[in-house]
Amino acid sequence: MQDYRLKAHPILPIPEREKFEFTWKGQKLQAQAGETIATALFANGIRIFGYHPKDGSPQGIFCANGQCAQCTVIADGLPLKSCMTLVTPGMAVEPVTALPKLPDAPPVKKFKPTETLQVDCLIIGGGPAGLSAAIELGQRGVQALVVDDKHRLGGKLVLQTHRFFGSINACYAGTRGIDIATKLADDVAKFPSVTAWLNSTAVAVFSDQKVGVVRDGKDYVLIEPKTILVATGAREKSLTFKGNTLPGVYGAGAFQTLVNRDLVRCSERLFIIGGGNVGLIAGYHALQAGIEVAGLVEALPECGGYKVHKDKLARMGVPVMTSHTVLSANGTDSVESVTIAAIDKDWKPIPGTEKTFACDTLLVAVGLDPVDEFYKKAKEFGMTAFAAGDADEVAEASAAMFSGKIRGLEIARALGCDAPDIPEDWFRTAEILKSRPGEITHETVPEDEEVYPVLHCSQEIPCNPCTSVCSQGAIVIDDVDIRKVPDYISKQIGKECIACEKCVTICPGLAITLVDLRKQDEHTALVTIPYEFEKGSIQVGDYVTVLNTVGVALGSVEVVRTRIAKTTDRTVLVKVRAPREIANQIAGIEIQNKEVSAPLEQYVERLTDDLIVCRCERVTLAEIKAIIQSGVYDMNEIKAITRAGMGACGGKTCGSLIKRAFRELGTPMSEVTENVVRPLFIEAPLGVFAGVEK
Amino acid sequence: MDKNVYDTIIIGAGSVGTPLAWQLADAGQKVLALEQFASVGQGSNKEAIGGIRATHSDPAKISVCLKSIEIFSTWREKYGDDIGWQQGGYSFVAYRPEEEKTLKDLLTVQKQFGLDIDWYDKREFLKIIPSLNPDGLIGGTFSPGDGSASPMLSALAFEKQAKLRGAEFHYKETVQGIARTNGRVSGVITDKGTYTAGMVVNAAGPWGGVVAKMAGVDAPVNPDSHEGGITEPVAPFLKPMVVDIRPTADSANYYFYQHHTGQIIFCITPNPPIVGFDHRETSVFLPQVARRMLEIMPCLQNIKVRRTWRGSYPMTPDGAPIVGEVDGLEGYFNAIGMCGQGYMLGPGLAVLLRQWLTGENAAEAKKILAPLSLYRDFGKKEKLK
Repeated sequence: MQDYRLKAHPILPIPEREKFEFTWKGQKLQAQAGETIATALFANGIRIFGYHPKDGSPQGIFCANGQCAQCTVIADGLPLKSCMTLVTPGMAVEPVTALPKLPDAPPVKKFKPTETLQVDCLIIGGGPAGLSAAIELGQRGVQALVVDDKHRLGGKLVLQTHRFFGSINACYAGTRGIDIATKLADDVAKFPSVTAWLNSTAVAVFSDQKVGVVRDGKDYVLIEPKTILVATGAREKSLTFKGNTLPGVYGAGAFQTLVNRDLVRCSERLFIIGGGNVGLIAGYHALQAGIEVAGLVEALPECGGYKVHKDKLARMGVPVMTSHTVLSANGTDSVESVTIAAIDKDWKPIPGTEKTFACDTLLVAVGLDPVDEFYKKAKEFGMTAFAAGDADEVAEASAAMFSGKIRGLEIARALGCDAPDIPEDWFRTAEILKSRPGEITHETVPEDEEVYPVLHCSQEIPCNPCTSVCSQGAIVIDDVDIRKVPDYISKQIGKECIACEKCVTICPGLAITLVDLRKQDEHTALVTIPYEFEKGSIQVGDYVTVLNTVGVALGSVEVVRTRIAKTTDRTVLVKVRAPREIANQIAGIEIQNKEVSAPLEQYVERLTDDLIVCRCERVTLAEIKAIIQSGVYDMNEIKAITRAGMGACGGKTCGSLIKRAFRELGTPMSEVTENVVRPLFIEAPLGVFAGVEK
Repeated sequence: MDKNVYDTIIIGAGSVGTPLAWQLADAGQKVLALEQFASVGQGSNKEAIGGIRATHSDPAKISVCLKSIEIFSTWREKYGDDIGWQQGGYSFVAYRPEEEKTLKDLLTVQKQFGLDIDWYDKREFLKIIPSLNPDGLIGGTFSPGDGSASPMLSALAFEKQAKLRGAEFHYKETVQGIARTNGRVSGVITDKGTYTAGMVVNAAGPWGGVVAKMAGVDAPVNPDSHEGGITEPVAPFLKPMVVDIRPTADSANYYFYQHHTGQIIFCITPNPPIVGFDHRETSVFLPQVARRMLEIMPCLQNIKVRRTWRGSYPMTPDGAPIVGEVDGLEGYFNAIGMCGQGYMLGPGLAVLLRQWLTGENAAEAKKILAPLSLYRDFGKKEKLK
């Protein structure tokens, strides 16, 4: 069987790991130590994990984050989430095709008493926000416990191969997300008062102010915290369209997990819905992993993500289609293509604009919902509770780190520690880091200079790494507001660019090039372009298509040098010789050829009604809308009638889709009664609660 | 006809009020059900786990529940809606001689009422429930005529039939007073309006005592709370409701069964009772109930708990409901204090209250319900609640 593991990656190291066998439907397959079951299956080309007991619909990965249960398989006789369970040697894995049979078990000899643990601060979630808070607490000797459901710390940082935006001073801007994860985890480990439990899932907050945690997947511990910080991040929103639960339709975050954390090439060619940062970055990550990107649609007239992210993707040859929506994911058992259409100002698809693109995967990146159920319960039960990062307000990871830092100090103060007042400017920085992209102004192209950077950065976003590396101090951004676009002030300060190329290297948006006219004839310029793909994929002497900022091809030019060094941190600096008249416009190198994004000659119409709202219980949008139209405004009643929200995930995905259905039908949300939210927030076996000694 | 005038107003659209609305509307009455929550069954109905049995030891409850079972078990063929009815039976397990004796003593009483229930020794009992822990098992009783259904689906189905017969349901409307004129009930005042009716039925569940007070009636109904839970679904393996009445230091009985969806639903009675209206989930419940369940059914250790909740048992001093008229206020009826059994009692009570309120067959209803009068001696306790 073909091995779909990544063999090489421009940014991520591919570790040598112990190999062993497991079985899928009785067939021997190879796994590697540390892989989840889902990863091991994907690595062997298996993307359909079962068929829903209710309607036989094929099931595959969806959240890859332990939140839903769509990836459930039978592992050694037990139904388990394949995205959260590590594969073990000899494990027998079977698809779920009917209600699973509960295996026999011997009488329990002994029950352990439930351990209760008092801590000063419980931090749920070891991502950017939680770890940043833990560091603040650790520095002050506060006893803190971080619980995280994954097998390593860092949260979604471990998926981010790109350099971070934000402020150099406040949140490691310019450093790659994966490296920030390691750095934060290492920092946390230095503080003896901070403990971190991995593979440990918080399942509920109780009214007696205790938090139930399943430690290391097997021991139930009740934590009695004096303070609690909920840093649980966000979950991906879904969208209803025909075929929206076919295997191959999943979240962009799920995709990043499979590719960047688990190192599998989970797709040959994908398509993206949503032009926010998550979708745009996922496209870039796909290309880095050698996965083709057929295109991206965004319903709004402009992408909501950073312009530099969008431009970067466009420059690589990926069409970004705004004012477009998805009509259907097509295929029988898994995605074979996607059909899209342009939409009018009322969001209605325009007949005649339908197009179908061949792809095996459709990434849904239509926004995030905060994972705030723990925080809400903690507040309801009168605990001293805080929320940070996406659990508080969905924003960039840079903002999450900073809000974690602030909450850390607030918690230290709430616990009576001798902690300083939180400086006013911290709150301002926090706000700046959370800000949405602002106005598009101008690119900065220096004139009358022999060698100079071109700053293809024209949109106000919170980002300043370029200013910190210029040895001449010639790139500046208003210190008071790092959202401003950078200026190049060599003339004002009387210094010249020394062509060190550091600004080219560090720009997270790959939006700085260096133009060098020295020692060139009057028609020619040398242009240095940042390139985050494998060095071997580009050679001196090659002719490459260069493009302007927004992806328009400028011509074919010769590569004269490629440079990668420790100081460039995996970024390849590609120098091309180009005609002088296009030199300032050159912003990138085409990666993907046009054939990849060519639509099929005829569009595919999916003739089903499978717009699924509740994935767990297979409830369609048509059913939900019919009930709403019959006059039902209580989401609890919709749940009682349809079972939407009664599944394993507890309404995490369908909740917001049902609200959306109300809005689409013109029901004011003030008339809608929302679901009662009850524990558990994550399912766990009865044996764990009982304390069965294994 | 004035739109705010009704024959009967029912306070509470839950396990008791909803089937009653159906029955009274079916008898041709103009019925209004008033409910504080946003839709049917959102109070205690949805907190019930769905067990339905006639095998009580109190004659009134036996009669009422036999009528309920007839309704639940024939619902689908008569009205078309699947309410999840399963006739899996009830089983009471005995792992100690004490429980063996209690259950056998009870059996004599139950048999006197003609109930289909028997004692099975260990070997026979394990044939009925093969997944029971055989270690220490003595045997148990089994009553194959009992069963279970979905409280939520039932409430929806009763509401649907009631509405088809012209009954009105007002949701998100809180009762604030009961109007009385010359010793007769004359209507109900809510936060949204005033309604006139010659008869008012208090079916307010845990709030039954509070509503009775509005009518000037003292009814000893005090809710205490039990937590319940539900698991992921698995292939069918367990037919009857399993009840273990052994007390421990912190709990009385507990019980569980496999719902028609394949999920295991379970519940435990805390000891001492937790009195009050608090419905917030506690950390005590899961470890407590899980140990007890696994003790008698080890295979449950691998089933995943999906959701837990806490619901009210509107308790009376003797553990039996309070149903019927009150002195000095004609037209007012109690249908309260169901002690956690409102769901299984509801449809049967509806049939009997219909007979009483419409005069169709008042004598029979009054006779059956007489032991549930507010004026009975509350000093006696039912053998097995």
